Amino acid sequence: MGKTLFDKIWDSHIVMSKAGYPDAVYINTHFIHEVTSPQAFDGLRKRGIPVFRPQKTRATADHNVPTMDQHLPIKEALSRHQVEMLTKNTAEFGVELYGLGHPYQGIVHVIGPELGITLPGMTIVCGDSHTSTHGAFGAVAFGIGTSEVEQVLATQCILQYKPKRMKIEVNGQLKNGVLSKDIILYIISKISASGATGYFVEYAGEAIRSLSMEARMTICNMSIEMGARGGLIAPDETTFNYIKGREFAPQGADWDKALAYWKTLYSDSDAQFDTILSFDAADIEPQITYGTNPGMGMGVTQHIPALGEVEEKERPSFKKSLEYMDLQPGSALLGKKIDYVFIGSCTNSRIEDLRLVADFVKGKQKAEDVVVWIVPGSKQVEAQAKQEGIDKIFADAGFQLREPGCSACLGMNEDKVPAGMYCISTSNRNFEGRQGPNARTFLASPLTAAAAALTGRVTDVRSL
Amino acid sequence: MSKIFQHLISTAVPVPIENIDTDQIIPARFLKATTRDGFGENLFRDWRFDANNQPKADFVLNNSMYSGKVLVAGKNFGCGSSREHAAWAIADYGFKVVVSSFFADIFKNNALNNFILPVQVSEDFLDSIFRAIEADPQTQIEVDLENQFISIKATGEKESFDINPYKKTCLLNGYDDIDYLLSLRQEIGQYETTREFNF
Ligand code: SF4
Repeated sequence: MGKTLFDKIWDSHIVMSKAGYPDAVYINTHFIHEVTSPQAFDGLRKRGIPVFRPQKTRATADHNVPTMDQHLPIKEALSRHQVEMLTKNTAEFGVELYGLGHPYQGIVHVIGPELGITLPGMTIVCGDSHTSTHGAFGAVAFGIGTSEVEQVLATQCILQYKPKRMKIEVNGQLKNGVLSKDIILYIISKISASGATGYFVEYAGEAIRSLSMEARMTICNMSIEMGARGGLIAPDETTFNYIKGREFAPQGADWDKALAYWKTLYSDSDAQFDTILSFDAADIEPQITYGTNPGMGMGVTQHIPALGEVEEKERPSFKKSLEYMDLQPGSALLGKKIDYVFIGSCTNSRIEDLRLVADFVKGKQKAEDVVVWIVPGSKQVEAQAKQEGIDKIFADAGFQLREPGCSACLGMNEDKVPAGMYCISTSNRNFEGRQGPNARTFLASPLTAAAAALTGRVTDVRSL
Repeated sequence: MSKIFQHLISTAVPVPIENIDTDQIIPARFLKATTRDGFGENLFRDWRFDANNQPKADFVLNNSMYSGKVLVAGKNFGCGSSREHAAWAIADYGFKVVVSSFFADIFKNNALNNFILPVQVSEDFLDSIFRAIEADPQTQIEVDLENQFISIKATGEKESFDINPYKKTCLLNGYDDIDYLLSLRQEIGQYETTREFNF
């Protein structure tokens, strides 16, 4: 019987598989950042052991960094301390750091791919749930906790139980104004925030194949929002063309060898999945979330479910969520006034996202009382945007182009949406307080966010 | 880290909300610490305290009728961010067991790695626990790791739960995964030499 892509990669990384024990899985690339690594380095110190393979771990500072005046010392003492700890730990243990001021600095899931560190066939982990992003290259990539970060630092392996496999096909062609962000928000709204828990997902089908690498990353990024361990897409010419020539990508004879291997990375036609789901791209319209988990989403022209449409058992949580959002069951969101627009995060802060938004808003002005933050995913994205003159378009539109970091995606730095305000965000989580205490988040695509920036309201981008 | 109990009888704290994500368990702004200590203070911070840091009377952790080493929560507990700080906060607050009808994967691993036992029960059993606590906040819950069952003392209702045998041994003996992985270092080195594409 044939194997799935996931099984091919997983099986070839097993160092030890013993009855009664989880698999010891070898990790090719380990990314770390300032928030989930200090306690792991402390653990190594307590045990008196080094990092086992320091050249296989790469570090950056992203979660906690300011997005203005990055050349100045970080003002907030605790954040500064955490970033300094990363510098100290990586220096002490011999790990490469792309810290503040480094031309490669950026959100960990943006820089791995753009530097050619992320490659097909790899196993990749990071103390961050959106590590699933790297699955877009046909890698097995997943988020881990800090104890597991310590495991990987200590042994380059991780103990894991093999997840089940799910295939999600999106067939047909996307309609106008519909982006990959809409595909994934749509899927999550159909299968819920826990619909893929226990699974590793492979995305397939014509609509997925037609996407650029950056658009594929947006899809894989949000796999965790339906509970999946990770998500991946078989590599193809689009993948290979994207990787070729990047800083750390294989070159010359190594490239040829790697390419030959990568071409074997697909699910065999007789491979067995535990679950297969199919969706039709033509059914997807621009999406928006109304609640406090990413599964609470709908088409932008639709209505929030009425109480009667929600299963009785789920009503208390549903009501709590809508109370937090200050929205009425059964109402529409179209035309709802918004206060903030955040275009950024590891879901949608890449150069294509910025280009798309710039094209759309060129020569136009933001609505008067809306604050618009554009936070590029990395120094390289920022530099590219400036080179292409995108920064001017944003400035003319009244948008603030800031410096790279996680920013208002999780509000760990100063970039917080004030209490009670509504923000359309291209990030991946609309949890209570995610963008700041009592802030209210509508997740959407960069186009839908850009449309809202211009009108100051929830808008169907197809109507502009 | 301390060894987990083998057996426990305790009152429980009910939080009958579904999809509790780790941002609620410990909001991002409290993730700036570089040690594992003290997170209990900020467990469920924004549900427990208002903007002026005053306790919210209607949240269960502020209600002295409810206490204990067992946290009982609605389905899909611990979804969202992989932050292990959520498990640290739960442990630091004094919980030893979390009961739900469904756990998010990463949270489950993080809990086990911190000697907190995630007990997954059926929806019906979860409802029974919530009902029993509602009827009497002093309801005792018994959790037996060795024999893998959970019961409601007052009613005698009982359900067995699954735990992986390896993880069970770790919990009962206070071993962690690194001990096991470090014992494999030779095999790991050997594996590295066999890989044609060792990126
Ligand atoms: S951008 Fe948001 S989701 Fe992505 S790594 Fe940063 S905090 Fe996590």
